[in-house]
Amino acid sequence: MNIIVVGCGKVGAVLTEQLSKEGNSVTVIDTNAARVEQLVNEHDVMGYIGSGVSYETQLEAGVEKADLLIAVTGSDELNLLCCLFAKKAGNCQTIARVRNPEYSEEVHYIKEELGLAMIINPELAAAAEIARVLRLPSAINVEVFAKGKVEILKFRLKPDSVLCNMAVQEITGKLHSDILVCVVERGDETYIPSGDFVLQEKDVISIAGEPQKTMEFFRKIHIKVNPVKDIMIVGGGRLSYYLSRILIGTGVEVKIVEKNLENCNLLCQKIPEATVIHGDGSDKELLLEEGLDQVDAFAALTGMDEENVFLSLYAKSKARMKTVTKINRISFDEVINNLDLDTVVYPKNITAEYIIRYARAMANSLGSNVETMYRLAGDRVEALSFIIRENAPMVNIPLMDLNLKEGILLVAIERNGRVIVPRGSDSMQVGDTVILVTTITGLQDISNILKKK
Amino acid sequence: MNFQIVRYMLGYVCYFQTAFLALPLMVSLLYGEHRVGWAYFGTMGLCAFLGILLTFRQPTDKRMYSKEGLVTVAFSWILLSMLGAVPFTISGEIPSYVDALFETVSGFTTTGSSILSDVGKMSYAGRFWRSFTHWVGGMGVLVFILAILPLKGGAFMNLMKAESPGPSVNKLVPKLRDTAIFLYSIYMGMTLLQIVLLLFAGMPLFDAITMTMGTAGTGGFAVRSDGLEGYTILQQGIIAVFMVLFGVNFNTYFLMVKGKFKQAFKSEEVRVYLGIIGISVAIITVSILPMFSNIFEALHHAFFQVGSIITTTGFATKDFNLWPPIARTVLMILVFIGACAGSTGGGIKVSRIIIMVKGIGKEVKTLTHPRSINKVRMDGRTVEHEVVRSVNVYLAIYILIFVGSLLIVTLDGKDLVTNFTSVAVTLNNIGPGLEVVGPMGNFSSFSNLSKLVLCFDMLAGRLELLPMLMLFVPSVWKRKKG
Repeated sequence: MNIIVVGCGKVGAVLTEQLSKEGNSVTVIDTNAARVEQLVNEHDVMGYIGSGVSYETQLEAGVEKADLLIAVTGSDELNLLCCLFAKKAGNCQTIARVRNPEYSEEVHYIKEELGLAMIINPELAAAAEIARVLRLPSAINVEVFAKGKVEILKFRLKPDSVLCNMAVQEITGKLHSDILVCVVERGDETYIPSGDFVLQEKDVISIAGEPQKTMEFFRKIHIKVNPVKDIMIVGGGRLSYYLSRILIGTGVEVKIVEKNLENCNLLCQKIPEATVIHGDGSDKELLLEEGLDQVDAFAALTGMDEENVFLSLYAKSKARMKTVTKINRISFDEVINNLDLDTVVYPKNITAEYIIRYARAMANSLGSNVETMYRLAGDRVEALSFIIRENAPMVNIPLMDLNLKEGILLVAIERNGRVIVPRGSDSMQVGDTVILVTTITGLQDISNILKKK
Repeated sequence: MNFQIVRYMLGYVCYFQTAFLALPLMVSLLYGEHRVGWAYFGTMGLCAFLGILLTFRQPTDKRMYSKEGLVTVAFSWILLSMLGAVPFTISGEIPSYVDALFETVSGFTTTGSSILSDVGKMSYAGRFWRSFTHWVGGMGVLVFILAILPLKGGAFMNLMKAESPGPSVNKLVPKLRDTAIFLYSIYMGMTLLQIVLLLFAGMPLFDAITMTMGTAGTGGFAVRSDGLEGYTILQQGIIAVFMVLFGVNFNTYFLMVKGKFKQAFKSEEVRVYLGIIGISVAIITVSILPMFSNIFEALHHAFFQVGSIITTTGFATKDFNLWPPIARTVLMILVFIGACAGSTGGGIKVSRIIIMVKGIGKEVKTLTHPRSINKVRMDGRTVEHEVVRSVNVYLAIYILIFVGSLLIVTLDGKDLVTNFTSVAVTLNNIGPGLEVVGPMGNFSSFSNLSKLVLCFDMLAGRLELLPMLMLFVPSVWKRKKG
């Protein structure tokens, strides 16, 4: 597929890397020569220096032959204009990043009227993800598949957990629980565990199953499953705004600490239900005064990565609570993963994930069909769901007879609203939604999971 | 420095060399030259063995930065030349290994300087191999490998950058492999076209193929004892036109294939290149007019020689060593200009000359109006300062290598014109120089030391100086700690 990426910021860079790795012909456009140069040197892509809004630059970058244009510059208006031009000049699909809350209400109207394929709002997407985790605060991360029928939950094993030193195959027998351990992260390594894999303390494990079953499992291993009732948020940016709105809608008490008085006034106007506190979030006394040690959850969502990390670590030291940390720069995720931070949110990664998901689905519009895609452990493991179509080669073959590639684990099959945790004798049927985790990144078609004959 | 990836890539180069050597082997079988055939067969075995040895262990660290790219390219070319020279020596056609090496380096770098006094005596396989090295050396061996192997990742761009001629290398399409395939397709297409035209013009098949390969790579090895003098005017004319075409930036052909003719003809470099050819032809035609019976003959030979020298091919239809001084001087100036960037030709490159001249203009303007802001522009775009700087550095290195080589070569005690032109034509990948090394002479009378120095010059000239220079930088050789 020919893809043009306008804007080589952090999201643009992640997109470029991923999309070109997956075999697309990627062309990047940015006004900043150094950034273009860097991307061209690191990845197999072509770069143009110039404004993405310029019709001429777009033509030069081959918009006429492009299948998809993704506008992720820093400016909403630029992105929209860019997409508009590309649509007229090349008749390609377009994706724009639009983050201004003022537009967020009208997103559907904008999308329809301008003929965009997708509008992505990084903060809104991140807020939705945080809200999901806060419903089950013991998990680091919650991903949903098949319209919520299957979940993948990620959590860290505490030293006193019953799961420590237990082999994966014993879990079903000992705990009478119908869930599947699908990914284990230990230090810098990531495993897709086989049956005899023994879990250890501090492992970060991902389990898959139906929501009720996973809840039940959490209760059995003595992990709290109560949703968060109140939260303190430091930083009153766009992400906090979206998050507060979602949380208040579900009855959570929200307290926002924000430095800038103007922002405070604005927040107060827009979300009257929230308690808005004007003060420096890095002031320990202020946080304690406002009851840091009494809330269920704490979210550090300021614009400074370092400050967010410190705030979360401090909150954790004061009381047992759920912490959420926003990180903008993706580069040092290995270091951050080793800290005891509970949930870490990378809005840029989420944006890239959404867009890549769309691009993959587009590349396969002819036969197949990545329905959803999440990246579980950095970019090393992907969880994907596919719909089985009639021409799929594995229909009706028992799973134990399928010649699957290494590094693929079938997690669940959803059939007519029922979820099957797959065993060797099960088989895939036409119309099933199949969920799998894999270390082979960039799978595009369900038939790719089979070894080549 | 990540030596593993360099080793691994060199292994692949060995495999490709094995495949390349199969071609002269087939030629030897076709012409019944069994003794020579064994020499090529043996060398193929050696290359394959080396290839297996080098690729036996997969590299654990696959990172390739620009220094690894440069070193890989430099070593690949040295390795290719060293292996390519082996069959000449084994078969006894060029008994001295240094001579054989000189001949092979001259082939791969598309220079066309020879140590042979009579090419006609060589076996068909030997002559085919010499010409084939031109063809594959012209567009680049690593570009060829990139076109065939599905190597993933942007890092391999460093290989192409190091191997392709010109001050700034750009991909034509987003994917490196597609770019490499595209370049070789155009190259192959033009090569086939020329072979067909030469066959129509009545040239024997063997000559048509070898002469075309020599033209396409802008190499310059002939296959007959009398060079090109024995071919008809029409055959010479076809070769002359194609020499000029292969000296054009391949970017232009890309734009033409894409149907963007307007953009293609706007290229400043190509227009200047054609302009230089026009002016030079005019001057030389006038100066050599008395030596020929009519103006068309003079024009023909002037055009052929100008095309041959500016594209750094080095074919000769007449012994231009005997031409009047003004003609010889013009040809010597062309030696230094060279072909367009992104072509198969060598030399300093027309685009560098343009940037340099415009740089002078800018400097003069800055002196007269100290506060004025000036930029060097080409094709309607500002040339980045980095590029201007790299052109200046290139020239500085060029002069240093030139002077150093000249000093060493002078030790042989030959006259100044011979020494000067021999260094000039090897560093610019032309072929024949003047006096002793003129079109009818050869390089065999130089000492082994001089031949090795000239080999270095040829490689440095073909690889745009820097890759070869990297081999002498101590920090490149530092291993990782631990």
